[in-house]
Amino acid sequence: MKRQIKHLIPDCSEDPKVEVALTVNGQAVRRTVSVRMLLSDFLRHELGLTGTHVGCEHGVCGCCTVHIDGKAGRSCLTLAVQANGCKVRTIEDVAISDKALHPIQQAFKECHALQCGFCTPGMVMNILSRFEEKAPLDLSEEGIRDMLSGNLCRCTGYINIIAAVRRAAELLGR
Amino acid sequence: MKPPLFRYEAPRTLKEAVGILASDPDAVVLAGGQSLVPAMNFRAANPSMLVDIQHVDGLKGVTLRNGEIIIRAMTRHRELELDPDVRRVNPLIEETMRHVAHIPIRNRGTVVGSLCHADPSAEMPLLFVLLDGTLVAEGPKEIRQIPAREFFHSFLTTTRKQDEIVVEARLPALPPGAGWAFDEVTRRHGDYAIVAVGCVLEIDAAGHAKGVRLAACGVADRPVRLSKAEAALNGTLLTEAALDDAARVSMEVITQTDDMNISASYRRRVLGALIRRTIRAASHRAINRARQ
Repeated sequence: MKRQIKHLIPDCSEDPKVEVALTVNGQAVRRTVSVRMLLSDFLRHELGLTGTHVGCEHGVCGCCTVHIDGKAGRSCLTLAVQANGCKVRTIEDVAISDKALHPIQQAFKECHALQCGFCTPGMVMNILSRFEEKAPLDLSEEGIRDMLSGNLCRCTGYINIIAAVRRAAELLGR
Repeated sequence: MKPPLFRYEAPRTLKEAVGILASDPDAVVLAGGQSLVPAMNFRAANPSMLVDIQHVDGLKGVTLRNGEIIIRAMTRHRELELDPDVRRVNPLIEETMRHVAHIPIRNRGTVVGSLCHADPSAEMPLLFVLLDGTLVAEGPKEIRQIPAREFFHSFLTTTRKQDEIVVEARLPALPPGAGWAFDEVTRRHGDYAIVAVGCVLEIDAAGHAKGVRLAACGVADRPVRLSKAEAALNGTLLTEAALDDAARVSMEVITQTDDMNISASYRRRVLGALIRRTIRAASHRAINRARQ
């Protein structure tokens, strides 16, 4: 007997929906979304916060790194519903104003630590989380390379990014 | 690279969570999601339902109880890594944790989740087998204590029943004066290990090794204790010849065959090198601690 194709391809309307309420960049948001919506897609498509980039969607490239309750995490490995009740911070919230960059961003600019910029939001969110964490910060070459190891850059190369982390540490008095 | 369809439940109590899990044989537990969500994004995993346990009462935090480290189901890797009491009683945990993926992953991923995922190359299962940790699984009818050596069954498979939730995992403190070491070889920083080895040992007043523990992962379908090497080393002076001997008698644990990246002969060489390296490092630390 011929299998009916409609049973093999579930209709989009079958997605169970869930209400998600969280704080994004200090602002309370509430949306009803599919349970399988990733946090990265929630930020980009529901909220229009396209600074969070989506690279590999399996946790390797680090481009989608955001802060979840103050700690860096992969938004592509987090379902939007898992962030229910959480405080999420994205790259859009990092610059001091439209005219003044955050010291980490300033350091990236000064050290020429970006070319295409695709990986930069994830890099900045990851580095920022490490500067904000209570754990001791290892600013040796090896320590910085370890810090950046979860973020892939495919064009600038890491030398200038390492220099930018050192410069950011200076600017932040670390 | 988006997860397939599933139903989602976020229970508030453990009883409720176990009940939901028991109601659907294809339901799985979602903790940090750092292995499960990528597996779903790849469509390698296709559970009918996710039981998100992050809102369940009593599953968070790390505590010390009667000298044991109690890690709960929602304890994130990074939380365990940075806990000052854990560092004091068992410094091997922090040394091992540095090799688990990257910090943003460790901020979200849970230790118990990694144990239940049971990747044969993962660091946390190795640590539990090395230290004879215990897992506590709660099902609809009973609460079971499972020794780590009986928990890991084979590739991505454990002896946890489908309707059980591992609520707690326990690790012992290291014996006073013990030396420790963990090391691994990976293709890239943060990858799963090609081979990893952990070692704990003590050195007595005459310089003989005692209480030697050695375990490896990446060599078989689950983490393994290197019992023959342990037996060969106990009571000996840790000479280079004794280390070579420990490496030689450990080769039989390798059941992994050639894969697309790594040949079995390379794996043997790496295992031998890591055994020698971790025993040396653990022994130096034991000697230094004795001098203090």
